Amino acid sequence: MNKINKLYSILLLVPALALAAGDHVRLDRAPINEDDQASLQRGARHFVNYCLNCHSANYMRFNRLRDIGLSEMQIRDNLIFTGVKVGDLMKIAMDPKDAKAWFGATPPDLSVIARSRASEAGSGADWLYTYLRGFYRDPERPTGWNNTVYANVGMPHVLWELQGEQVLAERKVRGDGFMKTEMALKLDKPGTMTPAEYDQMAADLVNYLVFMGEPVRGNRKTIGMFVLLALGVLFIFAYALKKEYWKDVH
Amino acid sequence: MAATPKQPVQFSGAGPLNAPISGVLTWVDQRFPLMSLWRDHISQYYAPKNFNFWYFFGSLAMLVLVIQIVTGIFLVMHYKPSAAEAFASVEYIMRDVPMGWFIRYMHSTGASAFFIVIYLHMFRGLMYGSYRQPRELIWIFGMLIYLSLMAEAFFGYLLPWGQMSFWGAQVIINLFDALPLIGPDLSTWIRGDFVISDATLNRFFAFHVIALPLVLLGLVAAHIMALHEVGSNNPDGIEIKKHKDAQGHPLDGIPFHPYYTVKDILGTVVFLFLFFLVVFFAPEMGGYFLEFNNFIPADSLKTPPHIAPVWYFTPYYSILRAITEDFMLVLAIGVAAYVVLIWLTARDMRVKLAASVIGLVVIVLMKGGPLAIEAKVWGVAAMGAATLIFFLMPWLDRSPVKSIRYKGPMFKAALTIFVIVFLVLGYYGTQTVTPAGTLISQVGTLIYFAFFLLMPWYSVMDKTQPEPDRVTM
Repeated sequence: MNKINKLYSILLLVPALALAAGDHVRLDRAPINEDDQASLQRGARHFVNYCLNCHSANYMRFNRLRDIGLSEMQIRDNLIFTGVKVGDLMKIAMDPKDAKAWFGATPPDLSVIARSRASEAGSGADWLYTYLRGFYRDPERPTGWNNTVYANVGMPHVLWELQGEQVLAERKVRGDGFMKTEMALKLDKPGTMTPAEYDQMAADLVNYLVFMGEPVRGNRKTIGMFVLLALGVLFIFAYALKKEYWKDVH
Repeated sequence: MAATPKQPVQFSGAGPLNAPISGVLTWVDQRFPLMSLWRDHISQYYAPKNFNFWYFFGSLAMLVLVIQIVTGIFLVMHYKPSAAEAFASVEYIMRDVPMGWFIRYMHSTGASAFFIVIYLHMFRGLMYGSYRQPRELIWIFGMLIYLSLMAEAFFGYLLPWGQMSFWGAQVIINLFDALPLIGPDLSTWIRGDFVISDATLNRFFAFHVIALPLVLLGLVAAHIMALHEVGSNNPDGIEIKKHKDAQGHPLDGIPFHPYYTVKDILGTVVFLFLFFLVVFFAPEMGGYFLEFNNFIPADSLKTPPHIAPVWYFTPYYSILRAITEDFMLVLAIGVAAYVVLIWLTARDMRVKLAASVIGLVVIVLMKGGPLAIEAKVWGVAAMGAATLIFFLMPWLDRSPVKSIRYKGPMFKAALTIFVIVFLVLGYYGTQTVTPAGTLISQVGTLIYFAFFLLMPWYSVMDKTQPEPDRVTM
């Protein structure tokens, strides 16, 4: 019997062995905080300034930004440039067909981009954070830009004046007992921001994109705490009721 | 002449309201079998007193069915079944419909929860021999529920109209393409178009919200009626009706109400705790309950690099992908070996001959040169067979005892290995194809079928222990 039990325990390990992971793109961790309203507000400003011309957010209403601490007045005065109503969706004027002709691909809607970019390699936020910091000069591309996480991307580096120009250069790193070379990003010409400032801007923008992907996110967790608490209380009564009825069953 | 009126119903327990409540109940009962239904299925339905943890999942499956139907009704109020509007309407539900996100997450989590609960419920049946005589029909109704549920989930998954919705449906419908002769026409007929389109979305919507829910409800009713006709099995796998008291109630039975109603309330609270833990804190469940790619609207021109079905289909998807051209020889040898086994052990000459003829035909269709059917078709056949083979359980298991408690090491090992193989196949079904993954899936496929097909032998050879006379707590 003991032998059989041992056999079972070995067999139970098989799924764990089967889970040996494959290789992934390495993504940087996005340093974001969903509760940081100042960061979210900065991100919203960057979003309407830099993204919301080519990219739409067709499922997101401007007045939803009240959830990150802005008043309707603030939204109207600072974030709406096109004269649409504060309750309108974040649509853009660019025709998708024109966009396709200009960029080779229609810029995707960004409403749920942070959710769709998640993978086994990391969260959607990690992907976006790495992507926004991963542009480098590539003369072979029509736009002159390429990206480390999205090879041959159609989007030019919109924020290049801020970040500066990066190039992909060989770099020597310590391997297992020997030196090896790998390709790494290097800042070739600095932009108007320091690398730390640019990283902060990318983080704010990503933080906002995560919020926009699911505006109810914070609220849902708060409600969830109360629901679980209520069920916890209900459990005590349900358990006592069952105990009481079953005390005679032997 | 009017029938003799039934006895008046005596209601007690509501103090001054006893008389009016009794009056209403009597009025209804004389026109509708209210009290007999209540007695037969609830208050006088005697269930074995030794139900353990595994016996929660039947009532939980009913609970999830109710959750799905109720949340589904509210989703349909806001969802637009059209290719142009479907994706946007789901995001509208998530953002603009009050508590819409809550309804939608309950429905998406409920889909996965349904399968978790059903798989555990089926595992309970396999462990305690709940499919054995006289409960074959309960098992068959249950398997029909399982198949309908898979269809329901498949149709429902197209509705959000994301990339995985679209390409998952594309992969599955294209399986029909593989069938000889009628394949291409059949798949066009199913889609209602040459590609997955608005027409497909509309018919899937009809199946998802009307046809299959009706089928499911009917089958659930049949499942429970058959159960209450023969009575519940229990972890000891013995019949409690063998020992009855003076009133004819089983000695080891207790009335479903109040004993199992209060116990199931407890189970429900625990289940809901876990369910809402997912709904509120991890609705995507790491991409397993809501796939990340499904947040990209369906695009017929962009095939995703990796198309994976939702987790509950992946064991079968692995089996489908395991059947490759170079695996056919192994399968043919397997069929031949199975025929030899039947020749060596069967007593009836007709069985031997039938097995040989069928085996020969199958082998020719697998490896018979010009007569052979391509591996893709066999993959579809294997996937179908993997789901349908559960139906045969009542006749494959020939052990003298029902419950795993009294079965021998062979059955215990077989069931353990089967569960592990099911999980491993499930894991590889979520992954991209690799040579190692394919090899493991192929070995897994062989073990999967061996569990069922060899059961008539190992369940007899196994060294069982004597069943007790009365249930043990």
